[in-house]
Amino acid sequence: MGRAWILAVVAALATGCAGLGESPDDAPNVLTTMGFGLPDEHATARVGVFRQKYPGIDLRITEGAFDEQQFLSAVASGEPPDLVYADRIKLGGFAARGAVQPIDDCLRRHRVDMSVFRPAAVRQVTVDGHTYGLPDFATVKLMILNNPALRAAGIDPATLPTDDWQALAEQTRKVTAVDGGRIRRIGFDPKLPDFFPLWAKANGVELISPDGRAAVLDDPKVVEAMRFTTDLVKAQAPWASFKAFKDGFDEFGAGNQYAKDQLAAMPMDSFYINTLATNSPDVDVTVKPMTDRTGTPFTELGGQAWAIPRGAAHPEQACDFLVTMTAKDTWVTAAKARRDGLAAKGRPYGGTFTANRDADAAIFSEVYRPAGNRIVEQGVPVVLSLQEKAFALPPSPAAPDLVRVWRSAAIRVLGGEQTAEAALAQAQREADLALRRVIGR
Amino acid sequence: MARQRGDTRAAWMFLSPWIAGFLVFTAGPMIFSLFLSLTRYDMLKPATFVGLDNYQELVTDPKVGIALYNTLFFTVLHVPLLIVLALALASLLRRAGRASGFFRTVLYLPVMTPPVALAAMFLLLLNGQTGAINELLGWFGFTGPNWTTDPAWIKPGLVLMSLWGVGSTAVIYLAALSRVPQELYEAARLDGASSWKQFWHITLPGISGTIYFTVIVNTIASLQTFTEAYAMFFGNSEVADNQGDSALFYVIYLFQQAFSSLRMGYASALAWALFVVIAVITAVQVRASRRLVYYESEPR
Repeated sequence: MGRAWILAVVAALATGCAGLGESPDDAPNVLTTMGFGLPDEHATARVGVFRQKYPGIDLRITEGAFDEQQFLSAVASGEPPDLVYADRIKLGGFAARGAVQPIDDCLRRHRVDMSVFRPAAVRQVTVDGHTYGLPDFATVKLMILNNPALRAAGIDPATLPTDDWQALAEQTRKVTAVDGGRIRRIGFDPKLPDFFPLWAKANGVELISPDGRAAVLDDPKVVEAMRFTTDLVKAQAPWASFKAFKDGFDEFGAGNQYAKDQLAAMPMDSFYINTLATNSPDVDVTVKPMTDRTGTPFTELGGQAWAIPRGAAHPEQACDFLVTMTAKDTWVTAAKARRDGLAAKGRPYGGTFTANRDADAAIFSEVYRPAGNRIVEQGVPVVLSLQEKAFALPPSPAAPDLVRVWRSAAIRVLGGEQTAEAALAQAQREADLALRRVIGR
Repeated sequence: MARQRGDTRAAWMFLSPWIAGFLVFTAGPMIFSLFLSLTRYDMLKPATFVGLDNYQELVTDPKVGIALYNTLFFTVLHVPLLIVLALALASLLRRAGRASGFFRTVLYLPVMTPPVALAAMFLLLLNGQTGAINELLGWFGFTGPNWTTDPAWIKPGLVLMSLWGVGSTAVIYLAALSRVPQELYEAARLDGASSWKQFWHITLPGISGTIYFTVIVNTIASLQTFTEAYAMFFGNSEVADNQGDSALFYVIYLFQQAFSSLRMGYASALAWALFVVIAVITAVQVRASRRLVYYESEPR
């Protein structure tokens, strides 16, 4: 009897394990993705193009935002997805660490001309001369100004100086509104600590060396940028109040900070033009480029990329997928679907900003339809004028640590814990240590 | 004799699923993490043995001190407040009569809120400029602090939020209170003991075993606190680290080291250090309990 029970249990366990079924890795025509979703026409139309072109491939999209832990665990366990979609700055770091594989052969096989992709985007996915991913969307950072607030303070929005830091501080003081010790309108938000690399670049320095193997945080120009931007915030309100006030913004709603006159000016990602145009089309704003201290317009490029993880089971089909998803014709199909989708809701289509220059050229000549929306009509040409003037930080194997280190430094200065010099000296030490740990320098 | 052997075998059979689960899902990973703590391992390359380097670094890493301080600060504030509040609520519930069932349900409902939703809600409620809590304080003439952005107030704000889940402890106390012999109160009343004296000399000793249990459990949970603070201040990579180190709890730092910096070896060492800290604190509590906790079954 006892033996029979044991046999029954073993049989049940064996049946249960067998019931787990075939892994996608074992099926030759199954392609799995991670970090990608199908929230709008941009995604669904492009996936539709791929499915039409490769009907024999069973594409399985695991919807959801990219999760670093999930991805690395999958790579470490030897069962990664076939494709990963993530911010380029992260993918660059993964490439430098060997979590994703080079796609040079794939690009050769499909005769992909990398020169059609924006150089700053390509820089983010290139490590030691090898390409590790294909850039997807491309966003830039630009200034969005609240016209009524600035004009009421006697400032012409078109001439708000981002090159003359002293004048900028002075004009910020004029337009900031504080009532009974409580801030009512932020005059100028430099977007610290997130946009600190932009301000360092405005002062002529990139925070990571071109090879990604050193941090440049205690450079006097970086210190100067830190001192200026943190002083700019602190002159308006203590950081705790400033941030709490910002946290209360309904950034993606009709009652956003511009509509409610809670903010006069800030640098922002270009996608926000479409957000404003959709949610508060009547808000009176000026979109203009950020300038460096010589008065030259510039910007930082962001966005995502597709890559093939190390150990992916179907790299060839994955290659077909990422080439198709980032091709000009696919983007144009997606842009048309997006435009038609928005038109059905009576909304303007402010274009699709991709890292593929040919795709953008076709989209903005054939598909773009601002439908008389002033924000889009004024803002989109600014975005287009900036795309070729963009920089991007190079990929670094210690990228997450470096980002954390300079963000923490900015917070310490904003909170009054340290001076800019002391915070960045500490940040440099921490960054050096992080790099030493990763690359053994 | 044969019957005893049969009982033992049956006991092992019933215990075996738990033992198997413990070995596979708890003891196994613990032993593996002990091994990892002696290595440098980034999940992408094979682990390399580094001896006690990770433990040496742990002693000199200033962030460990900050994270430990934040965690202890939270624990020291959270546990006593939770116990006192839960006891007060349970005592009130005891007097609620027929409505006790309804209030018990109401009190327990917040415990069902998913932690991430709770964090999102409290970010709005605690906002220093526009939040409802400061609005409420304003009605009474107080100017509330910036709970979510002022480094001095972030931890008290998190403690305030943590009391949202007081219901589960209160329900445990309610059960304990109902088990205190009523004749003791009757005798005390006949002797002219005040309500406070009854509470101090009868209620508290009567439920001291339960209080001891909740202190231990909540202390361990507080030392491992993660979800709410992470969801509020670290969950979105775009805004992570935007409030400095004020909410950097020990397990959050451990998580960052493991899954952001990919330092599995160091993170494992951090985990074992926390295990030791919890073990020491629990041992102190167990020792203190010998003097402070009364069990009905043992002679005083």
